[in-house]
Amino acid sequence: MKILVCISHVPDTTSKINFTDNDTKFDTNGVQFVINPYDEFVLTRAMWFKEKQGASVTVVNVGSALTEPTLRKALAIGADDAIRVNAEPIDGMSVAKEIAEVSKNGGYDLVLAGKESSDYNGQMVPGMVAAMLGFNFVNGCVGMEVDGNNVTATREIDGGSESLVTTLPLVVGGQKGIVEESDLRIPNMRGIMMARKKPLNVVEPTSSENATSSQSFEKPAPKGAVKLVDADNIDELINLLHNKAKVI
Amino acid sequence: MSVLVYANSSEGKFKKSAFEVVSYGKKVAEELGTNVIAVTINIDGVAELQNYGAETIVTVNNDGLKVFNAQGYASVIKQVAEAKGSNVIIIDSSIDGLYLGPLLSVAFNAGYASNVVAAPSSTSPFIVKRKAFSNKGFNNTEISTENKVIGLAKNSYGIHENSVTASVESFQASIGDFGVASTSIDKAVGKVTIADADVVVSAGRGLKGPENWGMVEELADVLGAATACSKPVSDLGWRPHGEHVGQTGKPVATNLYIAIGISGAIQHLAGINASKVKVVINTDPEAPFFKAADYGIVGDAFEVVPQLISKLRDFKAQNS
Repeated sequence: MKILVCISHVPDTTSKINFTDNDTKFDTNGVQFVINPYDEFVLTRAMWFKEKQGASVTVVNVGSALTEPTLRKALAIGADDAIRVNAEPIDGMSVAKEIAEVSKNGGYDLVLAGKESSDYNGQMVPGMVAAMLGFNFVNGCVGMEVDGNNVTATREIDGGSESLVTTLPLVVGGQKGIVEESDLRIPNMRGIMMARKKPLNVVEPTSSENATSSQSFEKPAPKGAVKLVDADNIDELINLLHNKAKVI
Repeated sequence: MSVLVYANSSEGKFKKSAFEVVSYGKKVAEELGTNVIAVTINIDGVAELQNYGAETIVTVNNDGLKVFNAQGYASVIKQVAEAKGSNVIIIDSSIDGLYLGPLLSVAFNAGYASNVVAAPSSTSPFIVKRKAFSNKGFNNTEISTENKVIGLAKNSYGIHENSVTASVESFQASIGDFGVASTSIDKAVGKVTIADADVVVSAGRGLKGPENWGMVEELADVLGAATACSKPVSDLGWRPHGEHVGQTGKPVATNLYIAIGISGAIQHLAGINASKVKVVINTDPEAPFFKAADYGIVGDAFEVVPQLISKLRDFKAQNS
């Protein structure tokens, strides 16, 4: 089984979010970039398929050379090789096109991605890749097993979960549950040393045709100060929620 | 040219988001000088959609679509859009909406923006505002393709009454082989889900142990709310993972979010920020959650929550 894992390069979850150039660009000043947390779950699942079922694991990112440390980290966690498509990601559609092209050229059976990236949260790329390749698609995946070409998967639904059967070739948008938080791996020194020697191939984009584009950013309106209510005066809280906030 | 909206339903009932997308679709249609068509799948009694401006309601009934299937639903919505000559499709950004959205956008050859929170600020160029950076920002996105798919975020645009008389017509969709099939669904019956709830009651490590969740459930029960928890609580196994809300858990965008004994780590706040009114109950006045909340009580949950339950019961009795 040949697995392609999509790796998005995103601001660390604790980053302060600011915008520059008249609110048209994300301010990367002082921001640490990491592997998208959702992608880390599926990468860890891919490692399990590699160790238990002999799968090969390639990681891919669409981005500038600045994303290479993030790909090296994925290699240090255990991926066999990495591909960077040398293009600034513009929107979900253009990124999906590049990943679909990489997948086609490499003949992958299983494409794993986090269901969303923690920067744009669009949940677009995995489904678009599946539709472009004509692969089956499971989103919000919280568990999966592969036996030959047959796949059983569980996805999160509103208020519970749904069991699914499908077949390879397949794209999966995964989230916590596909592995648990405690299964995530921190690269060790040996992994980091080995990652330096693993291939990281840079390929040029095939097309940069995008369907949407970012015009500007906004921050949420600043919040007023919290209104504190005395613990002995629950009636006041109920009054505020009913008459002022009108939520009960 | 027309605007097509998919009115989401489950088990024969419209979701709240169905009325939101119809309201939103009506607004977009007005801006574009056209009309709004709603498509429904396997639901009887669709007249309710008239209240929000659906001038035409296209009903699809098909045994092959009894259980939601992203590929199947995307294919049906696309078929109706093509038959009706629509070039803007509006869906919700529920779990199922986000599953079918990207499939629909590729099949329909459309630019797609999900988690959209407001009516287009302009229709030429076509610009919508969507959530970004885990609720720490918004992005104004231009959709430049002729065909467009918009995924509307829950509880953002709202429900707007706009009564019309709709013509209802049925549509025969052609259904192929899906490639992904449902074998079973595991779902609590009769419980308000986090995605559907107008009120969510959430608790954290401050509750000291899973044995103390009785009062959380009781409070949720009084308010008709869903229960949720912080990440440490689900990691400790006190509560099921499905209740974990926050950046890597479920997003919450309710009218009222009550946080009990949750300190308010940045990852938790990112997941619940889209809620309209936040109430925090915590013993520690320095808890970061107080900075993000609208109302706060500094106090011991074990004293405050039982009082709140009993006072809310009295309040509900008087106001019902």
